[in-house]
Amino acid sequence: MALLEVNDIHAYYGNIHALKGVSLTVEKGEIVSLIGGNGAGKTTTLRTICGLLHPRGGNIQFDGEDLSRIPAHHLVGKGIAMVPEGRGIFAKLTVLANLELGAYTRNDKEGINEDLEKVFHLFPRLAERRTQVAGTLSGGEQQMLAMGRAMMSRPRLLLMDEPSMGLAPVLVDLIFATITDINKTGTTILLVEQNAHKALQVASRGYVLQTGEIRLSDTAVALQNNAEVRNLYLGIE
Amino acid sequence: MAHMAMMNKTDEAKFDGRALVKFGLLAGVVATYVAVIGMIATFSQRQVVAGLLTLGQVLLVAPPLGMAYFSARKMAGESGGKILAAGASIGLLTTLPLIGLIILANNTNIRIMFVNISPQLVNILTFGQDSVFVGVLLLLVVLALASVAGAGLTLLPARWRQALVMGVASTLGIALMSELFVVILRERLGNNFVRLFFQSGVMRWYTAVGIFLIAFGFTLFWQWRGTQMRGRLQQFTAPRQKQVRWSGAGISGIILLILPWALGTFLSEVLNNVGLYILMGLGLNIAVGLAGLLDLGYVTNFAVGAYVTAVLTTTSQYGLGPIPFWLVIPIALLAAMLTGFVFALPVLRMRGDYLAIATLGFGEIIRVLVLSDWLASRIGGPQGILALQNPSIGNFFFARPEHFYYIILVACLAMLFVSVRLNNSRTGRQWMALREDEDVAAAMGIDTILTKLLAFTLSAAAGGVAGAIFAAKLGTVFPQSFNLFVSINVLSIIIIGGMGSIPGIVLGAFLLIGAPELLREFQEYRLLIYGALLIVVMLRRPEGLWPSATRRRELQDAMDLTSHLGVVHSEVISHGQSANPSRMD
Repeated sequence: MALLEVNDIHAYYGNIHALKGVSLTVEKGEIVSLIGGNGAGKTTTLRTICGLLHPRGGNIQFDGEDLSRIPAHHLVGKGIAMVPEGRGIFAKLTVLANLELGAYTRNDKEGINEDLEKVFHLFPRLAERRTQVAGTLSGGEQQMLAMGRAMMSRPRLLLMDEPSMGLAPVLVDLIFATITDINKTGTTILLVEQNAHKALQVASRGYVLQTGEIRLSDTAVALQNNAEVRNLYLGIE
Repeated sequence: MAHMAMMNKTDEAKFDGRALVKFGLLAGVVATYVAVIGMIATFSQRQVVAGLLTLGQVLLVAPPLGMAYFSARKMAGESGGKILAAGASIGLLTTLPLIGLIILANNTNIRIMFVNISPQLVNILTFGQDSVFVGVLLLLVVLALASVAGAGLTLLPARWRQALVMGVASTLGIALMSELFVVILRERLGNNFVRLFFQSGVMRWYTAVGIFLIAFGFTLFWQWRGTQMRGRLQQFTAPRQKQVRWSGAGISGIILLILPWALGTFLSEVLNNVGLYILMGLGLNIAVGLAGLLDLGYVTNFAVGAYVTAVLTTTSQYGLGPIPFWLVIPIALLAAMLTGFVFALPVLRMRGDYLAIATLGFGEIIRVLVLSDWLASRIGGPQGILALQNPSIGNFFFARPEHFYYIILVACLAMLFVSVRLNNSRTGRQWMALREDEDVAAAMGIDTILTKLLAFTLSAAAGGVAGAIFAAKLGTVFPQSFNLFVSINVLSIIIIGGMGSIPGIVLGAFLLIGAPELLREFQEYRLLIYGALLIVVMLRRPEGLWPSATRRRELQDAMDLTSHLGVVHSEVISHGQSANPSRMD
């Protein structure tokens, strides 16, 4: 059974039908990329999975449990963590406080410290700046902080929303390398990206979302070679 | 680094002749404005130094002096002569509108429209000279000198500047409260002693000079030895450090205990009001400062606490008791918490501005309710509730301000303790996360609904206790006491003191509640000064006068990013590493 199974979900903002029956699966240990243009519903899909938005139709199964009606703050404990779009760090708190908030639902002090060391090992920049206020970090460092913070809850499934947004190319490479590293330690990742090229390079499978519907789904390699994807999302004639 | 330096240069507006004229005239407009609305004339009735300097004159030179200081700071790096010259021109420009005002007042009957442009005002502006020409010249010279002094301040090394400012501020501060000092000193040391240093309640010139020199010298000394002394304290062994700290706390404790008897009835009453506002400030800080929930209806909790206390302790026909005050406090606290909880329910989904407007409405609802005929049979309507029983322990009755001081002190200390603990707690973190980003907080596993309810409820509790003590202290409760200004006062204290900063709130309460009590004759300008203070603080020190450690670090980090000065850079870094959040720079 898949770790995450999204079955035909419909989500609305007021009367706007944002997701029109999205289905996708993420197997344990995979990186799955969800690509698509502006307004395709990528972020809405993630928000629905992590409980910030509840679907009006369809259901979401995580490890065999239905998540569709569970409020967001209960999902962290179940093993889902989110790296929000635009990083969403707590700008006025220190780096350390941000990371500690990532472990908010946990009580095992030793485990938390262990994970803190892991995050600092993964992102040495954060270790240097642990007492600095997060809002004064650079964009790349903020993205690292958002990822580190999500890791602090020891998630089984990590949802990432546009980690490459607004970053310099060299930093984008670094972030994607780290995504692969995180995945290698056993964390399953669902990645939403506009940078389709990068997203399909690290992923094993991918979905193409268009105006609230899944347009294509295939292995990442196949999608990279798909004429339509190459044309529309990879900018290759 | 080079990249940042470049950014900084384009970022900073060039300070040129046009800016100079703008700032000079701005200072002139401010000075003219305070003259036209009568502030200068009113303030002139208060002398700072006997026969030499009035508060009105201080008010007159303050705008050019301040403006010259800020302008000169923007010119940092220019030659000293240039900076002083710029200062002088700001002073001269300031005089222009004032000269216009003098000419207008002497030649037309402008008083029909502006009552305050009186011959007396002209007399003040021309320093009492018979010839207007000589007077205007004198005004020019004085304002030019003041702004040269203001600009010159930036040329001094920081430690001398700090010492000078401390000296002047202490002298002015003591001068403003000189009448009270005279009363206290006369009781303790006799009339002759007082007359030696004061002339009918005003400092003699050598007193002023003495105070200035003491404050000046002390500041210099502290800068010279202070770091050393602190360093030595840190070298002490842990138990020895603890000893020093405990003895410090002990001395402060004793001072706090004997304070009302040293200060007398009037000042105790002032302290009591300050204390009640500290209590409310700390309470509202939970909602506004920590959880970021802008609550403009804090008076609600204050009113609930007061009316619950009134109904339960009065001997009049509205009374349900009377029951002892000590039992009423927890009841008032719970009632306020319940109110906070119930009022929070409908606004749980609101954010920012919408929340502020909704809570503003709650404040008005309470005001209308306590005035209403509907409840008049229970809580007296516009007549209020009279004859509250004084709190008592055995045969001792709390009746005088000096007595209530201790109740308020205990409440404040308790609230301080709770605030400090909350600040560093898991709950505090929860609130801060909520303040920063509600969605992300939820995604971190924080139950935002519960967290908000908790913030509103705990915040309300302090207001309830403050209301209860307020009612008992007055012995009566009138609906007029529970208006929007209570909410505004509490919020201003937090903003001016420093959002989320506990020492900032204490400072803010003394400044906004204590100082006006001591300057009652200027009551009519109170809100104007409030407004001006808020604007200046928001522009010059948006983090508040005494910001919390994190806020300060944040601003310093920001400075670190934009500064191209190596010196500032290293200072910031060393500060960021020192774990001493309780000290203000």
